[in-house]
Amino acid sequence: MSERQRVDHQLTATTTSSGGGDGQLRRALSALRHDPLALTGSAVLALLVVVGLAGSWLAPSGVNDVDVDRMLQPPSWSHPFGTDELGRDVLSRVLVAARVSLQVGLVSVGIALVVGVTLGLFAGYYRGWLDNVLMRCMDVLFAFPVLLLAVAIVAVLGPGLTTAMIAIGVVYTPIFARVTRAGVLSVREQVFVRAAVSIGASDLRIMRRHVLPNIAAPLIVQTSLSLAFAILSEAALSFLGLGVQPPAPAWGRMLYDGRGFVTEAWWLGVFPGAAIFLTVLAFNLVGDALRDVLDPRQLTVSEARRNS
Amino acid sequence: MARFVLRRLLQSCVVLLGVTLVVFLLLQLVPGDPVRVALGTRFDPQTYEALRARAGLDQPLVAQYFDYLGRALTGDLGVSFRSGRPVTSIVLERLPATLSLAVTAVVFATLIAFPLGILSAIRSGSFVDHAARVFSQFGVSVPDFWMGIMGILLFAGVLGWLPPSGYVALTEDPAGWASHVALPAATVGLVTASILTRFIRSSMLEVLSEDYVRTAEAKGLRTRVVVLRHVLRNALIPVVTVVAVQLASLLGGVIVIEVLFAWPGIGRLTYDSVQARDYPVLQGAILLVAALFLLVNLLVDILYARLDPRITVR
Repeated sequence: MSERQRVDHQLTATTTSSGGGDGQLRRALSALRHDPLALTGSAVLALLVVVGLAGSWLAPSGVNDVDVDRMLQPPSWSHPFGTDELGRDVLSRVLVAARVSLQVGLVSVGIALVVGVTLGLFAGYYRGWLDNVLMRCMDVLFAFPVLLLAVAIVAVLGPGLTTAMIAIGVVYTPIFARVTRAGVLSVREQVFVRAAVSIGASDLRIMRRHVLPNIAAPLIVQTSLSLAFAILSEAALSFLGLGVQPPAPAWGRMLYDGRGFVTEAWWLGVFPGAAIFLTVLAFNLVGDALRDVLDPRQLTVSEARRNS
Repeated sequence: MARFVLRRLLQSCVVLLGVTLVVFLLLQLVPGDPVRVALGTRFDPQTYEALRARAGLDQPLVAQYFDYLGRALTGDLGVSFRSGRPVTSIVLERLPATLSLAVTAVVFATLIAFPLGILSAIRSGSFVDHAARVFSQFGVSVPDFWMGIMGILLFAGVLGWLPPSGYVALTEDPAGWASHVALPAATVGLVTASILTRFIRSSMLEVLSEDYVRTAEAKGLRTRVVVLRHVLRNALIPVVTVVAVQLASLLGGVIVIEVLFAWPGIGRLTYDSVQARDYPVLQGAILLVAALFLLVNLLVDILYARLDPRITVR
C-alpha cells in the first residue's frame, strides 16, 4: 500500500464513520426491532421469502391440476381458498405465484438501482454537460405515467416475465437517478471529498469510497419503497395479460381471469388480491420505518407517483 | 417571473421533443416488421405497402423521425393499422370518458383528503389522526383493481345497487352516467385520497411547527383563526401541486381501472391497441398523455410561482 493510499484510507475511516454505511445500517436495524409495525412487516416479508422459495412444495396440489368436476367450489377443508373456473386449487396457485411477484420486484428494482445510481452518480459528480444530458433524459422518462410506459415497453418487446422485469426496471430508473444525484450534489462539496481530491484519489475511487457510503440512507429507503411499487406494477401488468404468461400462475392474472365470476365466486377475487395487498403493505411498512430513521425529511416523491 | 416562465416553457419544450423521440422509437423496437405483425392473417401485399408508405416506414430513420415530428406538430398522428381511421380523432374521442372519470375521482378524493388530513394534523395523536394514518397506509398499498373487484362484489353483486361495469355519456343521461361512474371513481378516488391525506397532514405539521404560528398563538388568537389565517394558507400551497399532478396522471387514463370497468377512455384505448398491435394508435395515445402531463405540470409550476414568489428565485 502506498503512502497516498494509506492517507486516503484514514480519511475514509475518519470522515465517513459519523454518517457512513455501517452506522446507518445498524441504526436502521435497531429501529426496525423497536417498531411493532416494521416488525410485522419484516415477519410478513420473511414468510413471503419462504413461500417464494418453497411454494411448489408447500402447495397442496399442482397449480395446473385441472378438474372440471370440481370447478368454482367455495373454500373447504380440501380447498381452503376454493377452486377456480377450471377446478384448480386457488391456495396452491396463490402460494406458487409468490415467487413470480418477488422475483419481478427484486430484479426490476435491482435494474433500476444499478442503472439509476450509476447515472445519478456520474451526473452529480461531473456536473456540466453530462449532468444536463443525463438529467434531461430522465425528465423525458418522468413525463410518462409509470404504468403507461411499462405497458408500452412490454407491448413493443412482447409480453412475458423478462420483458415485464425490464419494463418496470426502466420505469423506476429516473427516481433512483434523481435521488442519487441530489445526494451527490451535497456530498461532493464536503471537506473530505476535497481532501481526497487533493491527495490525488481517482474519481472512481472517490465516488465508491467517499460519496456512495454517504448517500446510502436515501437509497435504502427508496429501494424498499420501490419494491412495493414494483410489485404493484407487476400485478397490474399481469392483470392486463402482459406479465407471466398462462398457465403459470400470477396474482394479477388470477384476478383478471376471475373478475367475470366474482359475483358467484367471491374467493376468486379475494385471495389473490389479499396476497398482493399484504406483500405491498409489508414492503411499505418496512420502508416507512426505514425512512423515519434514515431520512426523515425525504419528501414522498415516489408516493406522488403511486397513482400514475 | 417572466424569466422563470420562459425558462420552464423552454424546458418543457425540450422534454416534449424527447418524448416524441421515445414514442417514435417505440415503433422501431418492435421485433420484426410492425406492419406485417399488425396485419397478421389479414396480410395482403397491397394493404401492406399502403400502410408502410402511410407510416413512412419506407424512408430512412432520421427522415422518418422528422417527418413524424412535423406531422405530429400539425395534429396528424398517422392512421390506425386496424381501422385506417386517423389516430388523432380516435384518441380525442376517448378524452371525454377519461376526463369525466378523472375529475370525479379527484373531486371525491379532495372531499375526503382535505378534512381528514387537516384534522389529523391539528389533532395529532388523536383517534382521527390514527384513523387517517391507517387509511393512507391502506390506500398506498392496496392494488386499485382489487379494490375495484371488491367494490363490484359488494355494490353490484351482494347489494345490487350499482351496475358492475359499462359507460353512459354524461351528456346523454346524467343519472345513468352517475351510477356507472360511481364505482370506478370511488376506487381511483380512494387511492388518490390516501396519497393526498398523507401530503396534507405532513405539510400542515410542518407549518404548525413554524415560529409565526407560535407567535399567533402566543398573542391569544383562537385556534380556528390561527389555522384558517396562518396555517392553511401556507400548508396548502404544496398540496396544490400534488392535486394537480394526481389529476394529470389520472388524465393519462387509469388503464387497469378502465379495463376492469369497461370504461371507454384513453386507458382502455391503450390496452385495446396493445392487444390489437395497433402501434400508431398506441403511439398517439401515449404521446397525447405525456403532452397533457407536461402541460399540467408546467401550468402548476407557474401557478405555484404565483402563489409563492420564493420559487422563482431558486
